[in-house]
Amino acid sequence: SSCVFCLSYPLGMTAAGLRCRKSIYQWMTQIQKSNSKLVTQHYLGKTIENRTMYYLQISQPSDKTKKIIWMDCGIHAREWISPAFCQWFVKEILQNYKSDPRISRFLKNLDLYILPVLNIDGYIYSWEKDRLWRKNRSPHMNGTCYGTDLNRNFNSSWGSIGVSYNCSSEIFCGSGPESEPETRAMAQFIERKKSDILCYLTIHSYGQYILTPYGSTTKPPSNSEELVGDKNFGPLKIIAKGTGTDDNAVPILDLQMHVAKKASAALMGKYGTRYEVGSTSLILYSNSGSSRDWAHMIGIPFSYTFELRDKGSHGFVLPPDQIQPTCEETMLAVTTIIDYIDQKYFPGGAVMLTSGSLGLSLCLSVVLTWTVS
Amino acid sequence: MQNDSFNKINVLHYHLELVLEDIDSTVNCTAEVLYHLGNKNIAPDVQFTIEGELKNTDEADNIFYSQIKSLEKELVAENIPDSHGHVSPEMEPIRLLAWVASGYVMWQNSTENTKFQFAQIKHVKQVKRSDEYLEFDYMILLHEMVSQEIIPWQMTVLWHPQHGVQVTQDSRQPKHASE
Repeated sequence: SSCVFCLSYPLGMTAAGLRCRKSIYQWMTQIQKSNSKLVTQHYLGKTIENRTMYYLQISQPSDKTKKIIWMDCGIHAREWISPAFCQWFVKEILQNYKSDPRISRFLKNLDLYILPVLNIDGYIYSWEKDRLWRKNRSPHMNGTCYGTDLNRNFNSSWGSIGVSYNCSSEIFCGSGPESEPETRAMAQFIERKKSDILCYLTIHSYGQYILTPYGSTTKPPSNSEELVGDKNFGPLKIIAKGTGTDDNAVPILDLQMHVAKKASAALMGKYGTRYEVGSTSLILYSNSGSSRDWAHMIGIPFSYTFELRDKGSHGFVLPPDQIQPTCEETMLAVTTIIDYIDQKYFPGGAVMLTSGSLGLSLCLSVVLTWTVS
Repeated sequence: MQNDSFNKINVLHYHLELVLEDIDSTVNCTAEVLYHLGNKNIAPDVQFTIEGELKNTDEADNIFYSQIKSLEKELVAENIPDSHGHVSPEMEPIRLLAWVASGYVMWQNSTENTKFQFAQIKHVKQVKRSDEYLEFDYMILLHEMVSQEIIPWQMTVLWHPQHGVQVTQDSRQPKHASE
């Protein structure tokens, strides 16, 4: 019911001022209780300060094996609109899955895994001590310096560019790739499930961007394989770079851009908010070790970072009256992406996936793309 | 004496076309920005042209001015906005003044590799003056996008409805200076 969401940070907080940590844990428990057929809460791991990280799995009961959409929020502590969006997203799905034909369609084929706050320690610290804290709370140098930037800590060209090796920096990449328990817990889980994960979404603020890989280059790392789509038919696949002269291959990064532009247009349709779309290295700044780059490198085809409102007038401290509009418009973008993936991988409604039917649908949509562009 | 041809090699020139959002309308603006690559301690040159006019704010300016002038004690405040993004109506002009003044500080400290945004007023105290100007001593936080750093910055700001904003003194603070 909507009264659970008072629409102040974090969602679920009452005027009496529940501590944010209790609030999000309580909310998750309550969500699972009131939607037990659809939602289960799962243990992901422990933070450096020994708090438990949970993710929610939204899964329509079915005898089909489903593919997975993963979304995480709260990697950076001060980006409060991010966990708020994850909560809003879950609420919207659970409220509308029976009545909204798009949601009920994609839930037939896709499970949604939502991690409302990865960096719990940092998030609590930003509530209690320092509103603009960014990193986690791992101690360094005998407890004289705290925090690794979790979004520089993943194993994607770790430590190469756009980072600091100094703990006192906001972009300190840690003592090594996946040095932080939060990073490790998430990476190990995603690694295990990667063959089923079609889409990796990570929610941040601010700036109003939908960012595609990579942070350090516009091309995939030179030692990796290439993920390609197929112009005519056939599923997305990984091929060794430079091998094969398949004229039908469409680089996945191009498909990603195409989908991101659709998402941005859908978002803008709600309140006119403009989001820029492109690779981090081109439209933002260079970085390495981001979760989005890592997810793409291990083979997850659609991997995006969202940077939500605004563009700097309020920055991390978004006014309360912008929470709901931000969540509403972002919802449209995310469901556009999920829709696209659902229709590409599972065309023709609740039909068993076969390479022939997939190929026909892919062929039609990609032909449309090429003629329109 | 500066060698003109030396300057030409060491200047990066951007031509910008932008749209300013005024209270209930937009105004086109063009600007020329010159970064001095040779000496990073020089602020970029900025020339701009506003096509049209910005709205008149005399009424709101005078209301704010009289409110502050009529205070019995000098204004003191902190954390604007607060953690939840709230700004009380009385503090909104104080926030706007800080935002405008911080624009000067950002300009003076910008290079091609920085992107500053105003984040928060940590504290502000009014400084008593015998003349008609209002003076505020601010400690603000700037957010620098590329390094992601939150930088405390002290600035002394003068303002008068007819004479505009002046930053008479400013200094970057060490990271924990605001606590």
